[in-house]
Amino acid sequence: MSEELLAHYRQMQRIRRVEEEAARAYLAGKIGGFLHLYIGQEAIAVGAEGAIRDTDYVITTYRDHGHALARGTSARAIMAELFGRDTGISRGLGGSMHMFDAEHRFLGGHGIVGGHIALGAGAAFRCKYLKTEDVVLCFFGDGATPIGGFHEGLTLAAIWKLPIVFVCENNQYSMGTPLARTNPVDVAAKSVGYGMPTDRFEGHDVEVVMERLKTAVARARRGEGPSLVEILTYRFRGHSMSDPGKYRTNEEVEEMKRTRDPVRIARDRLAARGVSEESLAKLDAEIEAEVADAVAFADASPHATHTVMNATVLAPSLAYPQRFDGAYAPFTVDAASPSEGGR
Amino acid sequence: MREITYRDALNEAIAEEMTRDPNVFLMGEEVGYYQGAYKVTRGLLEKFGAERVIDTPIAESGFAGVGVGAAMTGLRPIIEFMTWNFSFVAIDQIVNSAAKMLQMSAGQFKIPIVFRGPNASARQVGSQHSHSVDAIYTNFPGLYVVYPSTARDAKGLLKMAIRDDNPVVFLEGETLYSQKGEVPDASEDELIEFGKARIAREGKDVTVVTWGRPYATVLEVAKELEAEGISCEVIDPRTLRPLDHGTILESVKKTNRCVVVHEHWPYGGPGAEIVDRVQREAFDHLDSPVLRATNLDVPMPYAAGLENDVIVGKDRIKQTILKSLYR
Repeated sequence: MSEELLAHYRQMQRIRRVEEEAARAYLAGKIGGFLHLYIGQEAIAVGAEGAIRDTDYVITTYRDHGHALARGTSARAIMAELFGRDTGISRGLGGSMHMFDAEHRFLGGHGIVGGHIALGAGAAFRCKYLKTEDVVLCFFGDGATPIGGFHEGLTLAAIWKLPIVFVCENNQYSMGTPLARTNPVDVAAKSVGYGMPTDRFEGHDVEVVMERLKTAVARARRGEGPSLVEILTYRFRGHSMSDPGKYRTNEEVEEMKRTRDPVRIARDRLAARGVSEESLAKLDAEIEAEVADAVAFADASPHATHTVMNATVLAPSLAYPQRFDGAYAPFTVDAASPSEGGR
Repeated sequence: MREITYRDALNEAIAEEMTRDPNVFLMGEEVGYYQGAYKVTRGLLEKFGAERVIDTPIAESGFAGVGVGAAMTGLRPIIEFMTWNFSFVAIDQIVNSAAKMLQMSAGQFKIPIVFRGPNASARQVGSQHSHSVDAIYTNFPGLYVVYPSTARDAKGLLKMAIRDDNPVVFLEGETLYSQKGEVPDASEDELIEFGKARIAREGKDVTVVTWGRPYATVLEVAKELEAEGISCEVIDPRTLRPLDHGTILESVKKTNRCVVVHEHWPYGGPGAEIVDRVQREAFDHLDSPVLRATNLDVPMPYAAGLENDVIVGKDRIKQTILKSLYR
């Protein structure tokens, strides 16, 4: 199975390198706002993608670059979005936390913890309503499991037997607060309250992630309802770029990097299975070129525009067609509101 | 034209749109087997089945979110809140998900959804069940806010809301459900555009802009004032976002006076928005300050006497109109 693992390694390394370069660009002032890195958790997005079909849906939180890349969004479109450019996947209107890719059935990165869980259930409701075979993978962190949105989303998915797998990427910390102080029980134990099957395993081995998730995905596809899967993982970087990391020790982080790095584990296994260092180095070099190209592309792209911003406040509207005579006219309180080319 | 209640007008709108488009479905608490807490959805379960008329547990945030997720992926949900008061626990889904999704995704994900239910005061239902939420939801770009005052508008606006590709906050007056009005036959398939105010009564001395529960009261007052020789022009905006300033301004330029009458609290909101528009764009036409008659600025009390004092009623409306005329 070297072929499949090689493909997974490639995706994980792409995510790793895109994010490392994003961090560098952030420090150089080219990316603003929040930047939540996925580094350390790559095996989950990539393994999960291996367990589903292109026609299935994925929805996740603000830590979304890895999931978008795994779904098929290009490194160029992601980097350009981070740079706030018109060529970004959300044309510079979403930013790091709000990557959306309709073509790849990626329902976005969402910024309110727990808020997107019911949205995932809604996409699953659509799959059932239209009698399709599609399923939804809904990702969230351990920090999302105490909030009401989690409870309501799982309750509705369970009573309606919706085709969805709730995947908790338990990276041990709800921002800076360890799980022991945010949850009375393990996340997986909560499944009992929803009458859902569950699974719980470590998520640094991409092959394990894929195989274990296939069970829950198949169950959803058969119309037998949702599952709650808890995957234990670890983020090697801070919660966001501004996280000083005082809540955990360097020793802990270094130990996890040494023993649980999903990218290195996959690379070592490929070597053990007989893939030559030469061909791995060639693959790495291709990824370096792709990432360098993405950064150059983002840097050279035009900035996000008022035109697109205004045109996407409301969709072309049957009820209010005059607003779209030319372009959406935003509600203004004076004549000096900024428009294209002038602030 | 036949006369039906505001409630039945809404029921017809939902039934006609669900018949027309199989992707339209209805979801909320007690909408199915119970036949609707306010009977707006009476008979729909029998007509369309439990796959399309879906009873939910008491989980507003959950089912509002399910609606938005279903809308993102191609369905056209109608989400009923038993009352708009309960939307406060779902406001994250209305604002952060429904209103912002299209722009956050640069136009990739449309949200064709209607959130609807009874709004504003009823009769002695206390502080937590008497909110008029128009001032809250009109603040958000990305939402339409619709508030019909008559049966005919209720039907035509709801049918339009269901067919539109954007999220609509559809406010129904809780005390208006049993009021009857003329409504065209189903065969006419009347759709009413947003952003088009209706002149409910023509007049020349003062423009009175009003919607929701006080609408009928204003018409009564206008009739009484006519006997005193005062002619009121009454305008119902019908949709609060978008707001038809044009019709209001045209009227004010004719009457030179303006009074706004609404239930939401006086601080901010579409009432204050109208005042702002009029003073900015018709300043030179005004013969007196633009005034407002509103509910009192307190949480709604239970006791009948107090409640009656808090809700904007006939006396306050009449006094305010007279004041704008310096009488």
